[in-house]
Amino acid sequence: MILDYMPLIIMIVVGLIFGVSNIVLAENLGPKRSTRAKLSTYESGMEPVKTARERFTVKFYLVAMMFILFDIEIVFMYPWAVQFRELGYYGLSAMVLFMVLLFSGYLYVIKKGALKWD
Amino acid sequence: MHIDFFGSLPLLVIWLALGAIGIAIQAFVRNNTRLVFGYYSGTLVITALLALITSAHKGTTFGGMISIGGFANYFDVLFCGAGLLAMFAARPYLQRENSELDEFYTMLVSAVSGMMLMAHANNLLVLFVGIELMSISFYIMAGFLRTNIRSIEAALKYFLLGAFATGFLVYGMSLIYGATGSLQYDVIASVIGENRSQFPTLLAIGAVFLAVALSFKIAAFPFHQWAPDVYEGSPTVVTAFMSTAGKAAAFSAFIAVFAVLMPASSLMTPQLQLMLAAVAAITMLVGNVTAVAQTNVKRMLAYSSIAHAGYLLMGIVANGEAGYSAITFYVTSYTFMQLGAFVVVGILERGNEENLQIDDYAGLAKREPVLAFIMAVFMFSLAGIPPFAGFFGKYLLFVAAIESGYTWLTIVAVVSSVVSAYFYLGLVVKMYFTEPHKEHSHVSPGLAGITLFVTVAVSIVLGLFTSQLLSIFGTWW
Repeated sequence: MILDYMPLIIMIVVGLIFGVSNIVLAENLGPKRSTRAKLSTYESGMEPVKTARERFTVKFYLVAMMFILFDIEIVFMYPWAVQFRELGYYGLSAMVLFMVLLFSGYLYVIKKGALKWD
Repeated sequence: MHIDFFGSLPLLVIWLALGAIGIAIQAFVRNNTRLVFGYYSGTLVITALLALITSAHKGTTFGGMISIGGFANYFDVLFCGAGLLAMFAARPYLQRENSELDEFYTMLVSAVSGMMLMAHANNLLVLFVGIELMSISFYIMAGFLRTNIRSIEAALKYFLLGAFATGFLVYGMSLIYGATGSLQYDVIASVIGENRSQFPTLLAIGAVFLAVALSFKIAAFPFHQWAPDVYEGSPTVVTAFMSTAGKAAAFSAFIAVFAVLMPASSLMTPQLQLMLAAVAAITMLVGNVTAVAQTNVKRMLAYSSIAHAGYLLMGIVANGEAGYSAITFYVTSYTFMQLGAFVVVGILERGNEENLQIDDYAGLAKREPVLAFIMAVFMFSLAGIPPFAGFFGKYLLFVAAIESGYTWLTIVAVVSSVVSAYFYLGLVVKMYFTEPHKEHSHVSPGLAGITLFVTVAVSIVLGLFTSQLLSIFGTWW
């Protein structure tokens, strides 16, 4: 039983040794010549401008939520579309109900001014 | 897929009323708090009536994922009733705090729909959806006084710890799925009952994790730490609602899940029973002894609600019809008396944490004789003094525990009840036999008067007509 897992265990052990030894060796053997550019925050090659600890306006959060709303809708619609014939009228009515619920939530968000960007 | 439309009516109606029509009203009508309040009160009344009508129609629906009829419908009526009473109490309270927004009623009804789903669940995933729907609504309601720092603190604490408990819930479900091969209650019950799971250890760990998550929701030791802070910081009407209906919902789930996890023929049933018995004993001792030391009425009632979770767990330990019907009866009486007690606190409270100390209740009987009398009824009932509902509920739980062989647990329960009498009656003494130490303005309950009238009436009626009501309960199972 446990022998069946032997290759897996060996792989884990080898992986551990390889990873740890690489980090330790690089830390101890490598030359350290730090420059200003090397020590600064990595931002895809751009110059970092200011601190990352900033407060965002809550509107970004609302837009992200709306995005998730439609994201979820698509997640449910693809499998339904694939099985459209087999699910028949039951699937259609369930999907219409689902979209009515989502849409009324969307209307609510719009009416409350979530997309007004002053 | 098989759908039983008639039996699903209560659930379908509350979901559509909430998700489609209610949201549309809120989107298109301005200055709508009055309309939304009336609309959601009507929704709850209709849902409760439908649950009553369909109660005799037992079975499953939505492909076996949801069970209908019987005990779930009883809990539907209880949740809708508690929600309605909380709404009546909430309107004057929120108006006084200048924060009445229509969303409050939406969140309340959405919490009720989550509770109904918990009671109706016949599948662990449906239970999960129900618990989350209820809990997320509670997190929002706890922080509803959004300029009050205590309210925000309560919401954040509740959310962080609640999310942690949810982790246990899902992990426990996944282990049970792994060990039994199904999420359906009936399949799990038959696998456990015949002891044919290939992974009994995983099954036991999964069962313990489910117990941990549900203990968090009912605020049982050692997962009760959040309760005093959250109950104290939240708006009082929200505390009234979530410490009663929320606990009732968690117990409806507890009954359903542990009826599945602890069949009499299963090998792990005695250990699980012993574990729950230990949790119950420590919970009631910790709750009652800590409540004695409190000077804040809201905090005192919070600890009392922890202690009541301990009493109620005795019914789960008893593991049988007697225990479950005792829980049903006691959780009903507890819902009404605790909700009423918190509503009285909410009526006397003034913004900025005023009038919340036990000393502020000195001489209440002279200033507000009716409110003092009502509070005294709740205190007597919570302490378990006949002829009020609390006494008979405790009696039934104690009998169920003794009959299942847990006499020591009953002794602990009786001792901790005696401790609890000290602080419940202490408040009554404060109200009736001391002089007020400062001037108070007269209070008017407004709509909350209806809540108080109903809760007092139920606390007395449940006590006076216990046996008749129990025989009616018998037909619901």
